[in-house]
Amino acid sequence: MTTDNPSPETPDDGWQRLHPLSPLARVGRLVPALVLLFLVSTVHSKAENGRAETDYLVLITLASAVYGYVHWMVTRWRFEGDTLRIETGLIRKDSRRLPLARIQAVDIVRPLLARILGVSELRIRVAGSGSTDGKLAYLAESQAAELRLMLLAGHHDPEVAASANTGLPMAMVTTSRLLGSVLLSLVSIILMGTVATLAVLDQFEPRTAAAMAGFLAVYLLSFAGVVWRRLSGQYAFIAVEGPEGVRIRRGLLQTISETVPYARIQAVRQVEPLLWRPFGWCRLEVDIAGATARNQRGEGTAVVRKALLPVGSQQDSWHLLARLLGAPDPERTPAPRRAKLKAPLSFHFLSAGHDGTHAVCVTGRINRATTWVPLEKSQSIRRVQGPLQRPLGLATVHVDVAGKRARAEFRDREVAEADRLVEELSELSRVARLSSPRSPVASDGTHGVPPSGWYPDPSGRHEQRYWHDGRWTEHVGDGGRRSSEALIPTP
Amino acid sequence: MTMSEDQAWLRPSPGLWRMRRAEVVTSTAVLAAFFGLVFLAAAGATAGLVSVVVLLALGAGFSWFVRRRYRAWRYQERHEDLLVARGVMVQRLSVVPYGRMQFVEVTAGPIERLFHLSTVKLHTAAAASDARIPGLELGEAARLRDRLTELGESMAAGM
Repeated sequence: MTTDNPSPETPDDGWQRLHPLSPLARVGRLVPALVLLFLVSTVHSKAENGRAETDYLVLITLASAVYGYVHWMVTRWRFEGDTLRIETGLIRKDSRRLPLARIQAVDIVRPLLARILGVSELRIRVAGSGSTDGKLAYLAESQAAELRLMLLAGHHDPEVAASANTGLPMAMVTTSRLLGSVLLSLVSIILMGTVATLAVLDQFEPRTAAAMAGFLAVYLLSFAGVVWRRLSGQYAFIAVEGPEGVRIRRGLLQTISETVPYARIQAVRQVEPLLWRPFGWCRLEVDIAGATARNQRGEGTAVVRKALLPVGSQQDSWHLLARLLGAPDPERTPAPRRAKLKAPLSFHFLSAGHDGTHAVCVTGRINRATTWVPLEKSQSIRRVQGPLQRPLGLATVHVDVAGKRARAEFRDREVAEADRLVEELSELSRVARLSSPRSPVASDGTHGVPPSGWYPDPSGRHEQRYWHDGRWTEHVGDGGRRSSEALIPTP
Repeated sequence: MTMSEDQAWLRPSPGLWRMRRAEVVTSTAVLAAFFGLVFLAAAGATAGLVSVVVLLALGAGFSWFVRRRYRAWRYQERHEDLLVARGVMVQRLSVVPYGRMQFVEVTAGPIERLFHLSTVKLHTAAAASDARIPGLELGEAARLRDRLTELGESMAAGM
C-alpha cells in the first residue's frame, strides 16, 4: 500500500487506509461532466467574459480534489473480532460495523478510470437490507479480491479464504451471442425500425424526416442507451462455480463481480423470448433473498432478481439449474383445454407440475417463462379463483416465496386438482422445510450447505439417510444395511 | 395426516357487518343528499328526486354485495398453518404455515375502534401471502395474536 503517509497500517490498532489513488479515481468520475461544462461554457460565452467561467470550473475541480483527498484522509477500516468496521466523514462521522457472519454478498466494481488506475471498489451487502451497506472505494485490485474472499468466507484468516478461491466455469456468453441476443430484443428492433423508416423517409421527404427525427431524438437516444447498457453490462459474462455460490463477472467499461449464494435462492426463472426461440436461446434469472425470512422480524425481506445467464442455450441453462437446484424435473401437465377460453394467448404455454421438493410452472403470453421454486422456500400457498375462472371450473394455485414478484403459479387448473394441490403443496413444503439439514443453521442467518454424508433420516422411517450435494438422496441405512427409498414417497 | 380439520371455520364478528353497513349507509346518505340538492337546484324537483332514488338503489345494491363479502371471510387454525379465505368475485384462500410467520400485526382504525373491532394481519417474507382477518372482537384479536405468536415461535424454533 502507501509508503509516504503516516502510519497507514500500525500493527497495534490495525486500521487500514484506502488506496492512495482513491481521491483521483473518485474525482475522476467528475471529469467527463467537467469537460462538458467547460466546452459548453466556452462555446456559450466566447464573446463575453469566458475567462471568469473557466476560473469557476477550475475552482470546482480544485474543491472536489480537496474533498476527495480529505475523504481519503478520514476514511479507514479494520477488522474488530468478527466485524468489519468502516469509519468515514470529517464533519459528520459515520462509523459502521458489518458483522462478518451476516455478510450476504460482496461485489467488486471497477469503473473505467479505476481500472486504468488499477484499483477497484468493494461493495458489501449485509442481511436485512437491500442496498449497499458498506463501501470501500478504492482498494488495490489484488487487495480487493483478497478482502472479498475473506469476507465471503466469513473469516479474516487469509489461508482459509484462499482455499475458497477455486471454481469451475459454469457458463459464459460469447460476444457474438450477446450481440445477437441484444439485437433480437424488442427495444433494439424498435430502435432499428425507427431509424430505417426515417432513412427511407429521408429519401422522399427530407423535411418531414428531419422534423420527425428531431421529435423522436430523445426517445431514440434513451432506447440506444438501454441497448448500450445491456451490451456493456453483460459483456464478457462468465459464471464460475464457487463453494458459497455462483460467482459472476461481467461488464465492459465497468467490471462487476457478484455472487449468487446457493442457499438464498428463492426461485429460478427461465425466460424464452419469442425472437430468441428459433435459436434455442434463453435467459436465466434468480431471485435471491437479502435476509432470512424468519430471523428478520419487523423488517421487509429484500429480494433481488439477478440475471444468472443473460443469454444461453437450453443446455447451458439446464447445467446451471442442475447446480443450483439439483436439476428438478417434475412431470408437467398442461392446463385443461377449457382454459383456452380464459387465457387464449397464454394457453399454449400453460403447464405446471411438482415433485417432492420442487414446483415448476410455465406461464407467459409471448415469452415463455418457466419458474422453478424449491418447496422448502415456500412462504405460503394460495388458491385464487377469479370471476372468469369460476364458470369454467378453473382455479390458480400460487406458491409464494419471499419477495414481491417471485412465485410459482399453477395457473388455470381444474378446481378439484387445485384443491388437491393446496393440500399437497402445503404438506410437501412442510416436509421439505423440516427435512433440510441446513434449516437449523438457517435460523441465525449464517448457513452454508452441510457436507455430504450420512445424517439421521428426517422422515424417521430409517436410521440414516445420505445427504449429498445439498439435498437428500434415496439412499438409506438401517443398522449398517443399505437400501434405497425416496424421502417423499411418490403416490 | 395432519391435514384433518382441527377446528371449525371461524368467522369475523357480526360487528364487521354492522360496521360495513354503517359505512355504506353513511356514504349513501351523504351522496344522495349532495346530488339530490345539486339536481334540485340545477334541474328541478323531479330530477332531484330521481337522483336520490337512483343513489339509494345503488346503495342498497352495494350493501347486498358488502354483505356477501362479509360472509365470505373465514379462517381456520390448523396444526401447522392458518387458513384464511375471502372474496366474492375473486375468491382467495391463503395457507400460511406458522413457521413462516415473521410477525403478527393487530390494527384498529378510527371506524373500527368505534365498533370495538380490530384487524389481525400475518406477515411473511412473501409480499403476496396476504393473510388478513378483519373485524375481530378485541378479545378474539388478542387471543389470535397471542396464539399465532406462540405457534410461530415454537415452530420456527423447532426447525
